[in-house]
Amino acid sequence: MAERALLEVRDLHAWYGESHILHGVEFDVRQGEVVTLLGRNGAGKTTTLKSVMGMVSRRRGSVRFDGRELIMLPSNRIARLGLAFCPEDRGICASLHVEENLLLPPVVREGGLGVDAVFGLFPNLKERLRSQGTKLSGGEQQMLAVGRILRTGARFLLLDEPTEGLAPVIVQQIGATIRRLKADGFTILLVEQNFRFAATMADRHYVMERGRVVDMIPNEALEASRGKLHDYLGV
Amino acid sequence: MSTVFGVPTQALFGQLLIGLINGSFYAMLSLGLSVIFGLLNIINFAHGAQYMMGAFAAYFLLQWSGLGYWWALLVAPIVVGLFGIVLERTMLKRLYHLDHLYGLLLTFGFALVIQGMFRHQFGSSGLPYAMPAQLAGGRNLGFMFLPNYRAWVIVFSLGLCLGTWYVIERTKLGSYLRAATENPSLVQAFGVNVPRMVTLTYGFGVALAGVAGVLAAPIYQVSPLMGADLIIVVFAVVVIGGMGSIMGSIVTGFALGVVEGLTKVFYPEASNTVIFVIMAVVLLVSPTGLFGREK
Repeated sequence: MAERALLEVRDLHAWYGESHILHGVEFDVRQGEVVTLLGRNGAGKTTTLKSVMGMVSRRRGSVRFDGRELIMLPSNRIARLGLAFCPEDRGICASLHVEENLLLPPVVREGGLGVDAVFGLFPNLKERLRSQGTKLSGGEQQMLAVGRILRTGARFLLLDEPTEGLAPVIVQQIGATIRRLKADGFTILLVEQNFRFAATMADRHYVMERGRVVDMIPNEALEASRGKLHDYLGV
Repeated sequence: MSTVFGVPTQALFGQLLIGLINGSFYAMLSLGLSVIFGLLNIINFAHGAQYMMGAFAAYFLLQWSGLGYWWALLVAPIVVGLFGIVLERTMLKRLYHLDHLYGLLLTFGFALVIQGMFRHQFGSSGLPYAMPAQLAGGRNLGFMFLPNYRAWVIVFSLGLCLGTWYVIERTKLGSYLRAATENPSLVQAFGVNVPRMVTLTYGFGVALAGVAGVLAAPIYQVSPLMGADLIIVVFAVVVIGGMGSIMGSIVTGFALGVVEGLTKVFYPEASNTVIFVIMAVVLLVSPTGLFGREK
């Protein structure tokens, strides 16, 4: 039998208020992998990330991280185990300046990047430290949103559409960053609309439809599965 | 006798002083309301009752255990704050996902119950509370006589308000608070225990009301309805300053106290209504208040 996955999700159901969004999601992420969730809008990709982090109002099933069950834990305890979430809207606070935003997430364990290392990855941020967080460009906000969770020492990153709405040159920079994080041993679960972008760094792709995982495509098979993917994603 | 705009300077400065005193209480109370509203989304209608509880706590401490004013200034806010924490843990926390109206109704009902119980026990007439001997007397500034205790209230209140502002706007703890006001679920997903922060913030906001009650005890009398009378004006102050703005509530609190005092000098008939007139005008021109942000 293969080694146990770092993250094991089994029969995961999740609700927002009364609406039942996830209907038994199952997937694995192994140590050091980059895994993407693909699917149309509304398929449940973002909800899956939020459910792993404990950010939905109700969830059921099993989410095991490093052998430990997370389903009953509040999100602050989950974060302390070394998972970090970067939301689709980037979650930069308007009432905090850039440096405060960068220093906002508490360090949960040793081994996180220092502030200087974050500036090494994203030099733009260093020049804007006293700017209001939301005055940054979209690309800079995304760098800030990624940079701040790298500081925390979390080694498992959940990134929700980090390239959405960004200029191609910024997308390349984000892509290079993710590849570098992977080379450094980070494990990454990525929601991405753009599978061409995802293909440049991912090991495996899970396809979601209507709150379920319906297929898994290894990155090597992505080209061969192109027709199937077009059907799934409607692109 | 010297005059300004036909008004004796003695009277003018006397009313300015009263305005600043009232403004100190407006500022402390509206600050607490703002802090609570910002993070909890609760319009804390129990604030006046909690202010009254602060004054009564000072009174009880003296009657029962002989602990005087200075002890009361330390102990009463803690007692009232803990009371607030129990209220938050047992009741308020169930309302966060609902409309503001529910929190307002619960805290309003709570205020009525508490005030009713105190009135049943102590009647409506006030109980005297002596000012501390160290602050008795006053000094002649040449143009007016300044009672020491009143000067103390203004200075203490200003310090407390600015200290609170500093913690919220300039420290790490404050950055958690501001971020959680905007995006509580994300801040919690970063590993911050937001529910605990919410509880402590409510406790702190209520403790601010408790401090104000202790400060008020020697000036106004300790009476069950002392908060009910004040809280209506304080809510007008909060609306004018803008719900949730820290500096806004401090500046507006002091400024409106002064405006009210000046109105007593120049047009006494309007002194009870001037704040509400200003509120109406501000709401027409800028519905989020002078310092408020869209939420």
